[in-house]
Amino acid sequence: MSIFADPRWAEALGHLPDYLGSHVRVSVAALALGLLLSLPLAIISRRQPVLRGALLGLASIVQTVPGLALLALFYPLLLALAALSLSWFGFGFSAFGFLPAVLALALYSMLPVLRNTITGLQGVDAAILEAAQGVGMTPRQSLFTVELPLALPVMMAGIRTAAVWVIGTATLSTPIGQTSLGNYIFAGLQTQNWVFVLFGCLAAAVLALAVDQLLALIESGLRNRSRLRAALGGVGIAALVVATLVPTMMRAQTNYVVGAKTFTEQYVLSALMAQRLKAAGLSATTREGLGSNVIFEALASNDIDVYIDYSGTLWANQFHRTDIKPRQELLAELRTMLARQNITLSGELGFENAYALVMPRRRAEQLGIRTIADLASRAANMSIAGDYEFFSRPEWAALRRAYGLSFRGQRQMQPDFMYAAVASGEIDVIAGYTSDGLIAKYDLVALGDPRHAIPPYDAIVLLAPKRANDEALRKALAPLLGKIDIATMREANLRAAGNDAASSPDAVAQWLWEKLGKK
Amino acid sequence: MSPPLIAYANVSKTFDGTRVIAVDDVSLDVAEGEFVAIVGGSGSGKTTLLRLANRLIEADAGSITIEGDDVRSVDPILLRRRIGYVFQSGGLFPHLTVAGNIGITPKLLGTAPAEISARVDELLDLVRLDRAPYRDRLPHELSGGQRQRVGVARALAARPRIVLMDEPFGALDPLTRDALGDDFRELHGKLGLTTVMITHDMTEAILLADRIAVMRGGKLLAQGTPAELSESGDAYVGELLRTPRRQAERLGALLPREGAA
Repeated sequence: MSIFADPRWAEALGHLPDYLGSHVRVSVAALALGLLLSLPLAIISRRQPVLRGALLGLASIVQTVPGLALLALFYPLLLALAALSLSWFGFGFSAFGFLPAVLALALYSMLPVLRNTITGLQGVDAAILEAAQGVGMTPRQSLFTVELPLALPVMMAGIRTAAVWVIGTATLSTPIGQTSLGNYIFAGLQTQNWVFVLFGCLAAAVLALAVDQLLALIESGLRNRSRLRAALGGVGIAALVVATLVPTMMRAQTNYVVGAKTFTEQYVLSALMAQRLKAAGLSATTREGLGSNVIFEALASNDIDVYIDYSGTLWANQFHRTDIKPRQELLAELRTMLARQNITLSGELGFENAYALVMPRRRAEQLGIRTIADLASRAANMSIAGDYEFFSRPEWAALRRAYGLSFRGQRQMQPDFMYAAVASGEIDVIAGYTSDGLIAKYDLVALGDPRHAIPPYDAIVLLAPKRANDEALRKALAPLLGKIDIATMREANLRAAGNDAASSPDAVAQWLWEKLGKK
Repeated sequence: MSPPLIAYANVSKTFDGTRVIAVDDVSLDVAEGEFVAIVGGSGSGKTTLLRLANRLIEADAGSITIEGDDVRSVDPILLRRRIGYVFQSGGLFPHLTVAGNIGITPKLLGTAPAEISARVDELLDLVRLDRAPYRDRLPHELSGGQRQRVGVARALAARPRIVLMDEPFGALDPLTRDALGDDFRELHGKLGLTTVMITHDMTEAILLADRIAVMRGGKLLAQGTPAELSESGDAYVGELLRTPRRQAERLGALLPREGAA
């Protein structure tokens, strides 16, 4: 069987108009903004060495910030700005998705454009500049009719570099809520869907190459003063942009946006909710791969409509509570606290996805370790791994305080790889999730927490402020509330962790729904 | 006698603070219709002197009048548009066609495109370039002599009364140089121009100019017709004149009087 017979290729292709369109839109906007800023700055600074040095230095520093970090930084920055603007001018704006992505990418694109524009302008022969003056040109006329046209080929080379950088880096805007070709890569990585990862990489590379080659055509046209080539390149770029944007423009505006965090269970649950909304005749899309803090703020500011969070996560991270309460009490209090932000806790799904310290069953039995308290005395000789968030979360601090835990070493890992790592003995203990199907698959055991350092983590459905009174939405999701037990969720997660066609979030969500119906 | 069209009066210019004196107290009048060559070695200040006239460089002291106006009282942009300027090796804009280069000053002056187009053809005829093959060529597709012809046409496009030339024929081969020099001298007469040309070549100056001004170290050493110059007691001027004379004598002896070689 050819690898292309895998139905996941078809599924990936189905997402292409949406992802590619969004990717092109954010890239074009970022590049346009970058040019709009860089070109005048380069022109102003070309004869001012101090300003020029400062600008190029600043742009170089921006360049050294990793793309993902730059994008991540713009989110809280804009959030703060939006809050300021709301309190000063009475209107806010969305700090989610498009805006932070465009700003960060625009900043990212500035260095090559600035540098090449300045180099290009400085490279214009002094004799030509003098001739421009001598025939009676004003400085402005000299700039527009002589200097810029002559510098254009070098400037175009810079624009090409910037375009390729922006298109490549735009794949990293997925975690801050901007749909892009990165959605394939992030989703694929989370759900071990390598077809998606490959597809996303290929699509981004092909797009970057196509744009680069068309810009190269324009550049060579300018260099050789061939209008035909420059025009062909320009038409090609325009056609590409229109062709990728039209499908997303034509698409009916979707009403409901379902958010998902960065792990498998979230992909499955968001797919399940989107399916339920569609079944109820509501249009819905998913925004996946959002960071824990990003997703909550996005909901609070109505950028997404609904998502699943976990009571303990909100309790500890969002509300900075260090006390632990029994399950129902904590839920009740959380409901009140969320209501103050106009967020509706519409109900629990029925299972808990708690952080738990997990190790191989056989090893635990050998060492006589049943609880974290038992582990504490041996921890000094052991290593621990957790996901990217865990070690900076308050739960980890609470655990260490409660049990006096101190490990030999700690590592951060992609969640899906942790379980295999601990099963193979490469790591002694991991901070896993109780609903993860891999615990059963690798014959691992979750250690007890007798001192209740870790809060309860009920999976709860949260609704955005503007959806507080949306009966259609509540009705569509009602069949899920209280219906998903931990065993079902584990099995669903295990299925989704597979590496075949039946493991796509959509397929697993379908399976989950059928399973719920039978009960 | 009519007032001079170009008049330098006690003009000085220093660069780099006061360390380099490029032009040192120079006074020079150029009458209407005159062809004056400024001769000097490199660093003599001759190029600076020329550029002071259209304010590519501003004078530190003294005054310069062009067509009766003190240049300091005139907008330098407008001043440059009414003076033709031929640059060393053309100074053509590499991204503009021959027609675009020639028509640039009329275009800056707001002349209608059709009028510019007609003027370009007229100028191509004037500098002896065929209209059809050259009009739409880019400078890099021309020979050095053709480029300089375009440079001359560009300088003449806005019908200036004054043309300034900065070593216009310096980089050309001897035959082209000779032909171009003769052609320009003819244009100078036909159009009633007033021309100031810079050159380091005394032979060229003697053959083309009515009057010659000799510069050295920023100072104007002597000025006058070739005959007047040869009366000058200055050693440097004498040396400059001796070279072409000696060359002419040796050439006369070496080449047969009549016929081609």
